[in-house]
Amino acid sequence: MKITSLADLRKIKAEVQEKIKLREYGENAENIVQIKVAMATCGIAAGAKEIMGYLIEELDFQGIDAVVTQTGCMGYCYAEPTIEVILPGKAPVVYGFVSREKAKEIIDEYIVKGEMVDGVIPVNYKTIDE
Amino acid sequence: MKELSLHILDIVQNSISAQASKIEILIEEKIPEDQYIIEITDNGTGMDEEMLKHVTDPFFTTRTTRKVGVGLSLFQQNAEQTGGFMTIDSKVGEGTKVRAVFGYKHIDRLPLGDMAGTMTILIGANPNIRFIYNHITALSDFEFDTDEVKEELEKVPINHPDILKALKELIAENLDMIEAGK
Repeated sequence: MKITSLADLRKIKAEVQEKIKLREYGENAENIVQIKVAMATCGIAAGAKEIMGYLIEELDFQGIDAVVTQTGCMGYCYAEPTIEVILPGKAPVVYGFVSREKAKEIIDEYIVKGEMVDGVIPVNYKTIDE
Repeated sequence: MKELSLHILDIVQNSISAQASKIEILIEEKIPEDQYIIEITDNGTGMDEEMLKHVTDPFFTTRTTRKVGVGLSLFQQNAEQTGGFMTIDSKVGEGTKVRAVFGYKHIDRLPLGDMAGTMTILIGANPNIRFIYNHITALSDFEFDTDEVKEELEKVPINHPDILKALKELIAENLDMIEAGK
């Protein structure tokens, strides 16, 4: 069925309502993976839009509770598209040069298994005094 | 930028940083006048005259992470290289309107590209902002308003992945239809 009007949207609405009910138990903020896609001029020119679309689709497909939002430029224009991944209870990790393949790897290895993946931009270091 | 829709995604980020709660995107295709017009209007904080003077300067930006800001400069350049122009109207406390006119038939005028994707990315990341998208061709027009969508959805969040997918299809299908003059 093709969706061409708001009336068609109503049918999808019912399906989504069911899905939300089923997943409600996991809807507390501490269990949600947060991903921020850098989407300034540099990010957009490097393909951040495609990566953000892919992340939303793939995380939903795998049934992972995640919020994908956008952020500005962190000054790593050379490494765009960059994404910041925050796993529940962990420090944020920024990945650079994120292609579709890299995004898949980040989901499969880092988000699902918690194993580090190559391509981290070290921004969130802490000094001994902190 | 390879598509006009990417420019739109980029310029709308300015409206979002300016804390707009309502952002209107208007695309008007005027083939007899040889004009392809893109207008982005927001109700954000607006800019004072001093800032307006510098805003298309690539070495001006409000960011602190880097010293260049090429979003508006690129948009202006792309409009100008098709024989068009870009204007910005802004008032502090009222909002900003960016209007770019492209030469419709000019060989350097970029295609619109994936506008449905641009809209759903914007809606997905900013569910609380009201987006209005109007697309007018000589034969037909398409109007999209997230407030109407929200009314239809009631308590279902507009940024749910399935809803975004459906909205993307809705916008893409309608743009195809107005292209065909239906």
